[in-house]
Amino acid sequence: MARIVGVVTTSHIPAIGAAIAKGQQDEPYWKPFFGAFGAVHAWLDKVRPDAAVVVYNDHGLQFFLDKLPTFAIGAADEYRNADEGWGLPVQPPYRGDATFSWHLVESLMAEEFDLTTCQEMLVDHAFTVPLRLLWPGTGPCPVRTVPLSVNTIHHPLPTPARCLKLGRALGRAIASYPEDLKVLVLGTGGLSHQLDGERAGFINRGFDQMCMAAMVDDPDALGRYSIRQIVEAAGSQGVELVNWLVARAALGPRVAKVHSNYHVPISNTASGLMVLENAN
Amino acid sequence: MLRALEGSTRDGFDPGQTALTLNKMCYSFNRAENRAAFLRDEEAYCCRFVLDDAQRAAIGRRNVLELIAAGGNIYYLAKFAGIFRMSVQDIGAQQTGMPVEAFKAMLAAKGR
Repeated sequence: MARIVGVVTTSHIPAIGAAIAKGQQDEPYWKPFFGAFGAVHAWLDKVRPDAAVVVYNDHGLQFFLDKLPTFAIGAADEYRNADEGWGLPVQPPYRGDATFSWHLVESLMAEEFDLTTCQEMLVDHAFTVPLRLLWPGTGPCPVRTVPLSVNTIHHPLPTPARCLKLGRALGRAIASYPEDLKVLVLGTGGLSHQLDGERAGFINRGFDQMCMAAMVDDPDALGRYSIRQIVEAAGSQGVELVNWLVARAALGPRVAKVHSNYHVPISNTASGLMVLENAN
Repeated sequence: MLRALEGSTRDGFDPGQTALTLNKMCYSFNRAENRAAFLRDEEAYCCRFVLDDAQRAAIGRRNVLELIAAGGNIYYLAKFAGIFRMSVQDIGAQQTGMPVEAFKAMLAAKGR
């Protein structure tokens, strides 16, 4: 049977991809961010996942406002990256696993999560940057992937409580897959930031640190927030926290924190990183 | 209180205020040939997307606050800004009325 080896949550800021492309990881601006990934690489070497379910939000590469799914999942054997318009190098294709994807879809649908299924799906920086951070080599990404896109770009958004429920159902869907597959669940985005309006540049360290603590001990505390309250506390793009909630909830109620990092700023954003495992 | 905190994010909570045509034009800038076509003949390119006067003027002025007020969504506007190699920090500086270096310094100060 498949099992979840753990959850990684990380920011997915495009500037990270640009820094990787330019080899700036050891520069003073970037070192406090990239330096925190050594512990993640050591953990990945130990748990050796075969597949990653990547919970992220598309930023207008695959989806436009004309038809915008709240939750969309890839069901393909390959996913392509493409030009997003502002200069990030296009990554080579990522391996998918359509059979695993369809199992997840069937299990989630049976639990009343009516996902949009995508047999062709472009994946943007919110998918590619975290995978580059986890597996920084020049070779192709070593795990099979399943993209799961959550709408965080145009209101109304799914509530934090709904995202926790989706994550719990995702955890059950993974656990019921008959193949012997080690699965990483990756939640990307956040933490606090705001790109638009007069409040651009807003960061809320206190709220972020409360969220990182609650991710370990009490994710339901975050599920009691409304989207409006998260926008108020974390900025209009801080709502990407819901991707973290989906990923967190795929684990059981009791988790152990393997590693975490919080660094301000990367570009306009408070960057966060967590590695969590089910507690024994 | 919330509205004040959101600043000018009209797109924030009222989906009816989103301008499909303006955002559709910005979405088209995912493709290099469309960015080049815009730079070649801005007026002709805008005409293909039926912008209203306020949207057309805001595009001409490359003004992000005006573009948001005219129904632009920041994720698609970022692709428009990309034509001029404007980063989110350039956009942040423009919207807050700061020089870019001051905006970056304001962010760096939050890390200390």
